[in-house]
Amino acid sequence: MPRLKLPLPPVPPSVKPQPSRPGSGNGRLKPHEHAAEAGITVVDWIDERTSLSGGLRWMMFRKVPKGTNWFYTLGSAAMFAFLSQAVTGIFLAMYYDPSPTRAYESIRYVTNEAFLGEFVRGMHKWGSSVMVILVFLHMGRTFFFGAYKYPRELNWVIGVVLLIMTMTMSFTGYLLPFDQRSYWATIVGVNINGTGPLIGPYLSDFLRAGPEFGATTLSRFYAIHMMLVPGLIAALIGAHLYLVAKLGTTAPPWLKAKPDERLTEDEV
Amino acid sequence: MLRTRATPNGPLAVWFPAAVARRPPRPIPAELLTVADRHKKSSPYTADRGIPGAFEGETVTRRRFMGATTHTLGAVAAGAFALPALGFALGPVFERTKMPWQSVGPLTDFTEDTYVTRTIQIVSGIGEAGKSTVYVRKRNPEIDTEPGGASAAIVISTRCNHLGCPVRFTEAAGKFICPCHGGVYDFRGIREGGPPVRPLDRFYTRVDNGQVMVGPRYSVNSELRRFSPRDPGEPLDGIGQYLYPSRFSTPEKPGR
Repeated sequence: MPRLKLPLPPVPPSVKPQPSRPGSGNGRLKPHEHAAEAGITVVDWIDERTSLSGGLRWMMFRKVPKGTNWFYTLGSAAMFAFLSQAVTGIFLAMYYDPSPTRAYESIRYVTNEAFLGEFVRGMHKWGSSVMVILVFLHMGRTFFFGAYKYPRELNWVIGVVLLIMTMTMSFTGYLLPFDQRSYWATIVGVNINGTGPLIGPYLSDFLRAGPEFGATTLSRFYAIHMMLVPGLIAALIGAHLYLVAKLGTTAPPWLKAKPDERLTEDEV
Repeated sequence: MLRTRATPNGPLAVWFPAAVARRPPRPIPAELLTVADRHKKSSPYTADRGIPGAFEGETVTRRRFMGATTHTLGAVAAGAFALPALGFALGPVFERTKMPWQSVGPLTDFTEDTYVTRTIQIVSGIGEAGKSTVYVRKRNPEIDTEPGGASAAIVISTRCNHLGCPVRFTEAAGKFICPCHGGVYDFRGIREGGPPVRPLDRFYTRVDNGQVMVGPRYSVNSELRRFSPRDPGEPLDGIGQYLYPSRFSTPEKPGR
């Protein structure tokens, strides 16, 4: 395989980086060279003890098929949407009070009074829709490119579980502002759960923590929304990414595979 | 040295009868086995397999025993926190609730031919979210012919039995109408149109010193037969009463 040589960027010769001549530093390192040395030393120290660089190289520098295009970034986009939800959610939790009498007031405080509160809450609120849209687009890409086929079926299954988790997050998060809309939407949503035969009524009781929307329903939804499901989503994203790195990505369906001619030649 | 089946039970067989009862492995053709393999697979007894320090009649190797013990202890440790936590989360499903009698005013406030709204407390401790509107009227023996009905007042829940939106009584039409998806109920709360699956729920009532008292909610099927309270969207006619069984959290019937 020929060694790849990257073209130099078109800059005037005077600003082209020049390697310093051996001995020009007179044996002494300049401050920025000291800084670079320190960084290298730290990274080396960690790598010598963990061998992380091998795993990182395995994860980050993979071969991708010809024809890889922007549609292949939808999965990363969904993941970054999740990270954005996680970060803004953690900071919103610093202000939020999941009690039925205080929840609305704490959200009102975040929106109207806390510095940048409206912005961070807006990121979380609109970001949730963005995440759902990106998850569906990613799923559509996988489906239409046939990327769910052997040997990637398990990754499709994990992806479907992640989709259900995302829906659970949307459902439980919708109640938290505790205004009229979220209250009635939750009543309706729990009742839709209840229409499942045989276990539906008990599932509704579990979600509400009782036969009616009660004192602990809100904190139950809050715990599911910020502890249970995010942990599961993070773990499953890890498994999803591991399988992507292990199995590689698929070429788009419009590219025909070109096998090695020596292999296609008829044996006589 | 060959042992017969006459002495199959070593001390470990008492603890792990399954390990002893397991069928012996399928014999491997002799030409495929090395000498060491043939020695290893030839017998279920560790002594015959040449394991140093084997006991008489022992079939479970100490490596297997150690592994099984470790896994069992791990499962016990995980169960010790997982089971109580799960029970704690599931507890409310099995807990019976209580619903006290509440007064909604004297019987003379209500008439036979129209409904009056009253507010009752469904859940305490959560402020306004725990209150609910109910429709109250006097019993009219000419139209209220439901089985087992003897109370002097009829109290109807505002919860639509499609998905739980609040219904409104429209005086001019004499019907209950749900704003969400157009469910329509007649004067007695029986479904006339739209997506609801059963009539509007009712509340137990009694009259105490001329005051109408409201108790727990109950559900009815299309013949107004009583059932324990169900959630909206759960039909009670035909097979519905079996597909949507009574819940453990059904409120106790309060005493007087």
